Amino acid sequence: MRSLEELKNLKEKMDKEIALRESKGVPTIAVHMGTCGIANGAKDILNTLMSELKERNITDINITQTGCPGLCHSEPLMTVTVPGRTPYIYGKVTPESVKKIVAQHIVNNQPVAEFLVNLD
Amino acid sequence: MEFNRSQQGSEIKTREFDKMDFFKFQERIALSNCGHINPEKIEEYIGRSGYFALAKVLNEMSPQDVIDTIKKSGLRGRGGGGFPTGMKWEFALKSQNDQKYVVCNADEGDPGAFMDRSVLEGDPHAVLEAMAIAGYAIGASQGYIYVRAEYPIAVERLNTAIEQARKLGLLGKNIFNKGFDFDIDIRLGAGAFVCGEETALLASIEGKRGEPRPRPPFPAVSGLWGKPTIINNVETFANIPHIIRKGPEWFSSIGTEKSKGTKVFALAGKINNTGLIEVPMGTTLRTIIYDIGGGIPNNKKFKAAQTGGPSGGCISSELLDIEIDYDNLLAIGSMMGSGGLIVMDEDTCMVDVARFFLEFTQEESCGKCPPCRIGTKRMLEILTRITEGKGTPEDLENLETLAKTIKNASICGLGQTAPNPVLSTLRYFRDEYEAHIYDKKCPAGVCQAMASYSILSDKCIGCGLCAKACPTDAISGKVKEAHKIDAEKCIKCGACIEKCKFGAIVKK
Repeated sequence: MRSLEELKNLKEKMDKEIALRESKGVPTIAVHMGTCGIANGAKDILNTLMSELKERNITDINITQTGCPGLCHSEPLMTVTVPGRTPYIYGKVTPESVKKIVAQHIVNNQPVAEFLVNLD
Repeated sequence: MEFNRSQQGSEIKTREFDKMDFFKFQERIALSNCGHINPEKIEEYIGRSGYFALAKVLNEMSPQDVIDTIKKSGLRGRGGGGFPTGMKWEFALKSQNDQKYVVCNADEGDPGAFMDRSVLEGDPHAVLEAMAIAGYAIGASQGYIYVRAEYPIAVERLNTAIEQARKLGLLGKNIFNKGFDFDIDIRLGAGAFVCGEETALLASIEGKRGEPRPRPPFPAVSGLWGKPTIINNVETFANIPHIIRKGPEWFSSIGTEKSKGTKVFALAGKINNTGLIEVPMGTTLRTIIYDIGGGIPNNKKFKAAQTGGPSGGCISSELLDIEIDYDNLLAIGSMMGSGGLIVMDEDTCMVDVARFFLEFTQEESCGKCPPCRIGTKRMLEILTRITEGKGTPEDLENLETLAKTIKNASICGLGQTAPNPVLSTLRYFRDEYEAHIYDKKCPAGVCQAMASYSILSDKCIGCGLCAKACPTDAISGKVKEAHKIDAEKCIKCGACIEKCKFGAIVKK
């Protein structure tokens, strides 16, 4: 890094990437992988999620991992963010519930209320 | 197959993070990126204005400007001591030397505490950026992160982050073309609690046995290999980039008069929403436990909360509305500590809690100075005696004398604070100690030695399950008639209570 400009360019690139994703309506699924999440099975959740999406051939989706958002009592957690909507935070997810979430929420756009921790 | 983008399904409404009960009383600065960015991608940190504080410092500020900014913000050390961070940095800046060091204390050891781990796992670049800023401020070119080997994921993500920062030239030589060199290496701790104490930590980095030494000289004057060194906690560092970017006035507008900003707490124990929270200084314990924490499970009554882990003290229910900051907690005989907050309900025996924490510090005492090594041992013996129903009236006096001596005479913070859990439980729950000593009773029914089990004859149907479960044949009776427990034979193991389906066995 040799200048502030260089850093600004990097940030702009990131901003553009996010804006592009938003304009295309590409959803993001984040699996929260702190030690607490991983101890509660977050790695299984991520693996199940990847294989479910692959099986259904869903590619226009952004899968990521983050650290712990603090809601340790609801681990493992998975957040589905659809541009223009409030996030859907799923708690105490199991490989079975991931399959259900993919089938209902991702494929059919019907969030699965029973696993949501941020229902209004 | 494509993601279904129709607007159906919108009848299920969700809340933004900050509108959820768990988050709405929080203010997240140190944790602002945790759970929101991918910690293994430096681009995501930069996308959220990461490393712009370092750029600002190198392009626009002198080292003294940086220190003045931190001083003005009112930031105090988040590891527990609460020493003003800016002052610590200024001491190091003024210590002339050819080599200085920046050390990050990530040796988180309090039982039930995981604040630092979450920051390192969720936002490692924030710590790296802050350390580089500190390096510029005091004139250091090398930093070390001392982190527990028991935190393998934190270590892995830190290593990834350091590699990425080096690759982009945000660590290394001539950062931002300003002639400033700074690099960071990781040193793993083996898990000794005493190594969270700064002089012991430095000894451990140097490859020596992790033992403290008397101060002065303070590390800011003579630290790592005798060179001026600043040591700050993970959470302290995580606040720095925000202060530089948003200004000291913004930071000092949050919190109380003498404690600025926010504090991260790890909520554990008897609380519904265990987790990691960050609240403005001055938030009441009631808000933390009931609004954020969702109260106590099974509608039990709140009894006390322990802050500061084994170095802190308890806060009793009369003090639920106290505004939590450094000075208020000290005034009531506890301390902020690094952020562990253990909630205890009515079923907790406070003598047993004091014994638990003292057992921990006794085991972790490094043994260098006698007050801590021998004193905590003697205190633990007395406490164990009391919980076994063998306490005497002099024990309370002896506990207090020992506590004062250990606090005054120990070399380091471990010993100086080890008696706190005993002193604070004596202050707020003396009646429980007295019940153990004079009445030979444990009011919470925790201390097994003092429990007595009996069978309610009107509830017992004589099924005999308890008698079968009893390992010492202390229960006798005819089938379909009320049974009895022989107190002489009973070892108070509680096996009978677990088996009884009729609630006919009581423990007092």
